[in-house]
Amino acid sequence: MTPPPGSLLAAENLRKAYGPTTALDGAEFSIHPGEMVAVMGPSGSGKSTLLHCLAGIVTPDSGSITYDGRELSAMNDAQRSALRRSEFGFVFQFGQLVPELTCVENVALPLRLNGTSRKEAERAALAWMERLEVDDLRGKRPGEVSGGQGQRVAVARALVTGPRVLFADEPTGALDSLNGERVMELLTEAARSAGAAVVLVTHEARVAAYSDREIVVRDGKSRDMERIV
Amino acid sequence: MSIGHTLLGLLESGPRHGYDLKRAFDEKFGHDRPLHYGQVYSTMSRLLKNGLVEVDGIEAGGGPERKRYAITEAGITDVERWLATPEKPEPYLQSTLYTKVVLALLTHRDAADVLDTQRAEHLRSMRILTDRKRRGDLADQLICDHALFHLEADLRWLELTAARLEKLREAVTR
Amino acid sequence: MGAKFAFTGGREGWIRVLLTAVGVGLGVALLLLTTALPSALSVRHHRDQARLDYTYEQHPRPKGDDTLLIADIDTTYQDKDVRGRLVEPEGPRAPVAPGLTTYPAPGEMVVSPALKKLLDSGSGKLLRERLPYKVVGTIGETGLIGSQELAYYAGAKGLEQRMNGWQVGRISAFGDPHPSSDRPDPVLILLVLVVFVVLLMPVAVFIAAAVRFGGERRDRRLAALRLVGSDSRMTRRIAAGEALAGSLLGLVFGTGFFLLGRELAGSVEILGISVFPSYLNPTPALAALVALAVPAAAVLVTLFALRGVVIEPLGVVRTAKPARRRLWWRVLLPLAGLAMLYPMIGQGRANGNFNQYLVIGGVMLLLVGVTALLPWIVETVVARLGAGAVAWQLAVRRLQLSSGTAARMVNGIAVAVAGAIALQMLFAGVQGDYTRRPGNDLTRAQMEVDVPRGVALAPAAERFSTTKGVRKAVALASADVGDGPWNTDNGPALSAQVTIGDCAALREVASLSSCRDGDAFVVSGADGDTDTAKLAKPGRRLYVSTSYDVGKSPRITWAVPRTLKPARSVKDPAGATRGGFLMTPGAVPPRIAAAVSGTVYLSLDESVPDVHEYVRNTAAAVDPMANAALWVSTEQSKKFTSIRTGLYVGAACVLALIGASLLVSQLEQLRERRKLLSSLVAFGTRRRTLGLSVLWQTAIPIALGLALASAVGLALGAVLLKMTDTPVGVDWVSVVTMAGIGAGVVLTVTLLSLPPLVRLMRPEGLRTE
Repeated sequence: MTPPPGSLLAAENLRKAYGPTTALDGAEFSIHPGEMVAVMGPSGSGKSTLLHCLAGIVTPDSGSITYDGRELSAMNDAQRSALRRSEFGFVFQFGQLVPELTCVENVALPLRLNGTSRKEAERAALAWMERLEVDDLRGKRPGEVSGGQGQRVAVARALVTGPRVLFADEPTGALDSLNGERVMELLTEAARSAGAAVVLVTHEARVAAYSDREIVVRDGKSRDMERIV
Repeated sequence: MSIGHTLLGLLESGPRHGYDLKRAFDEKFGHDRPLHYGQVYSTMSRLLKNGLVEVDGIEAGGGPERKRYAITEAGITDVERWLATPEKPEPYLQSTLYTKVVLALLTHRDAADVLDTQRAEHLRSMRILTDRKRRGDLADQLICDHALFHLEADLRWLELTAARLEKLREAVTR
Repeated sequence: MGAKFAFTGGREGWIRVLLTAVGVGLGVALLLLTTALPSALSVRHHRDQARLDYTYEQHPRPKGDDTLLIADIDTTYQDKDVRGRLVEPEGPRAPVAPGLTTYPAPGEMVVSPALKKLLDSGSGKLLRERLPYKVVGTIGETGLIGSQELAYYAGAKGLEQRMNGWQVGRISAFGDPHPSSDRPDPVLILLVLVVFVVLLMPVAVFIAAAVRFGGERRDRRLAALRLVGSDSRMTRRIAAGEALAGSLLGLVFGTGFFLLGRELAGSVEILGISVFPSYLNPTPALAALVALAVPAAAVLVTLFALRGVVIEPLGVVRTAKPARRRLWWRVLLPLAGLAMLYPMIGQGRANGNFNQYLVIGGVMLLLVGVTALLPWIVETVVARLGAGAVAWQLAVRRLQLSSGTAARMVNGIAVAVAGAIALQMLFAGVQGDYTRRPGNDLTRAQMEVDVPRGVALAPAAERFSTTKGVRKAVALASADVGDGPWNTDNGPALSAQVTIGDCAALREVASLSSCRDGDAFVVSGADGDTDTAKLAKPGRRLYVSTSYDVGKSPRITWAVPRTLKPARSVKDPAGATRGGFLMTPGAVPPRIAAAVSGTVYLSLDESVPDVHEYVRNTAAAVDPMANAALWVSTEQSKKFTSIRTGLYVGAACVLALIGASLLVSQLEQLRERRKLLSSLVAFGTRRRTLGLSVLWQTAIPIALGLALASAVGLALGAVLLKMTDTPVGVDWVSVVTMAGIGAGVVLTVTLLSLPPLVRLMRPEGLRTE
């Protein structure tokens, strides 16, 4: 099976085991530019592993992942890191902001890793923080802001490099539904206006409902719900 | 939903014409299903008969007859009693979905497909509701959320059932 | 409750208690050792006093049945001192030396256990040749001042003829016959005091750090306790109990380490000083103080550390913005220390008697000042550090958030380094002071052997020149002559030196136009020689000095010869210019030849292994009382080098201890941040960047600490040198070495935390399931 035409990121027949536990067992995935795909499934089904494989963080045991026509498994660690720095963005469940850096420095961090000067990086960071309505937190440290605010800072950080794919792993997992919804709304809007595709891992249907399409992972196998109906 | 109580409640803020009542109802509650005129007049005549409303005045003029209704003391008491009485939670014990799954299992069809198809359909509805919610005002958001939470509950049931399909198969085919 | 919690707190609690206990234990062992040192040194001193054989007598006591003839024939073997005595009891009641039951017969000897071991071993082969006596017993512990001391008593005959008032004498008792309350050298006392303080300060700092091992995890466990309902006072009590448990266990460990170390101490020799395990008895009062102070300090440190922490049921909150550190009292401490030392500046050895309390107080205040200043400096400097690469930014921001932790970690290093630098300056300076530079000309000779009176010099010189490794032997005998008898109260009014040797030897001390055997010369041009010209009247009768017991020995006179050839003095191999008269052997009357003592200057081939030992063996063979001395000036600096090495080793050990605690906290911190690290890797952070940030995070505070420590150390060293009135010189080698060791610790800690870092940076850390 070849990746669907026009897809930006596609995976075929992924297999990955951590010791005796099989996390992925022939999973498939594809996403088009600007598309938002929800990855759903029960806990331990392998959805996070799928995300880590797609993002080049984890190398699958077998199977292929193509990003923009390039085979991920053919790249070395440094190349994949560079890819993640420039083409991908990440939002995790608990923000994972660096506690000792201020919010604006956190947002600027991915740009600085790419070699952008500090001033320029922080200017761009501030612009993104404005879009996510957290620019008033610029000088605060992550420990001093609420969970919802922190998550919005994390979204700004993920989008600041202008990535083509945003990976969001349970971005609202630690938030109440009101804050979670606000984060999802801002994330969807920002990603859409930036033209970034979003891979959204979640077990909450209401979060998945923000997506254009969903796939379900069960026991390491993926199922594209689009093709059923 | 009790249309009678709703119309009574709307009357509490002051007398209205039948036409006004319909419009107010539609605006606030009837997003999906606007009331028919006939429904309004049949309801009002029932309320009139029960002494919960009275006719405040009739305007003559072209077109259909126009009555102005006002709520009575008994009507106010009735609204009060209705608001104070909790709604009986729906038991959801007779579920079509459950029946479908069991039948699929009994006839050796793919029950997981049944579940997944339903799941996709549910999520499609949720996507539409989410979309509408994002464009709408607060009332829209609340109404959509109500529906979304219900759909989500269904979806959870679908997921749970999917995970227990094997056990269910053993139980029903024994 | 806290103690119980400490031991039942699962694996983690155990590890924590164990870490603390080992850390505290090491500290306690060091403390106990230190408390034992004063008594050890005093026991040594007393034993040394008790075996003293005082041979310096103007007039020898008469022979009796309670007298002993004893000769001091100390030697050196492979840089180790060997205490040697020839003994000849003159009656049944002759005093018996401590550690001996009877004296060995002539040709036999009793030896110390260490010497026995050395003689039996292969490396003692040359010494065996030098001591041609049969071993018949060993010296008991009471007769020795150290387990590793090399000593022997050998039986002899005919020592009476060799009595000279210093090397050979007659005694009726051992021990100092004129015990005086002579105060010890104030400079030495100063050295000892400073060593103590310098050694103990880092130990204290280390114990304080050890008590805090794993503190952050402990705090989280305490938070869990709060969740199940303990109030904040209870948690504090529990924390204190845990610290108490750890430190009590530490006391037990420490006692164990100490006992172990004590046994080991018996087989160790530092700077030629060894002790018997039995010497190392901690002074009871001091030991009790340690036993009380360590747990008390542990509890206090814990409570003090918890002061800035609020343990809430749902986690640990560090009070967001701790009060800004104030500078004034921190500067006050070292200034007060300097002020306490200041009045003693320039006293030197002559005016002596440093006030011990002022010295200890001053040094301690200076060093404590380092620990107080460091957090302020780290905070201030780190707050000003700004832009830089990402790794730098991460490290700086981290330090800004918790500069106190970093400073605490480095404090121990800083105190150790400051103390070590100061000590070394003091050692170097004082050492230079203690070593008189004799100006020996090492190109002409590297050893000299003093041949006592009565030993024929020419055959002795012959034996030396045929000794393995000897290139040239120059034998010169000398005596003083005066215009009057030497045994009067005033002695002669005019005096000059007489030097006897063959022509070749005489040319080493003067330039001679011609020389044949039988010639005599008068020398001009010697420094400070005023009398020669007056005495050099042909035929004038001069009196020869015969040093010891002049009352009884016959007066020896010498007539100035009729023909005296002129000669010009040149520097002799010892660097001195000789005036007076030079005589070839043919010109010397036999009576004089027997009355003078000689010196053989030896030029050696230093590449021959053990050449010094061959010479000493020849010397012993020529005469047991011939004294061979090594000129090589590196011998003294060798001693200094070993002090320096000792300091380096000590400082390195302290730094390693502190490095270990740095590593523990570093690893703990990394583990805590595992998710964060994985997420940083997820968005493409290079491993190098994170590794560098870990490096910076350790390097910045340590660099600051070392800079401060060097400054304080140099200042303290300068002050101490001024106190001993010694010119101030900076021992840059030691400063650089210390800084190097510090940098080494940084690198090691970073390197050791890299593998866990890399492991923690694996994406597995992101898995939530």
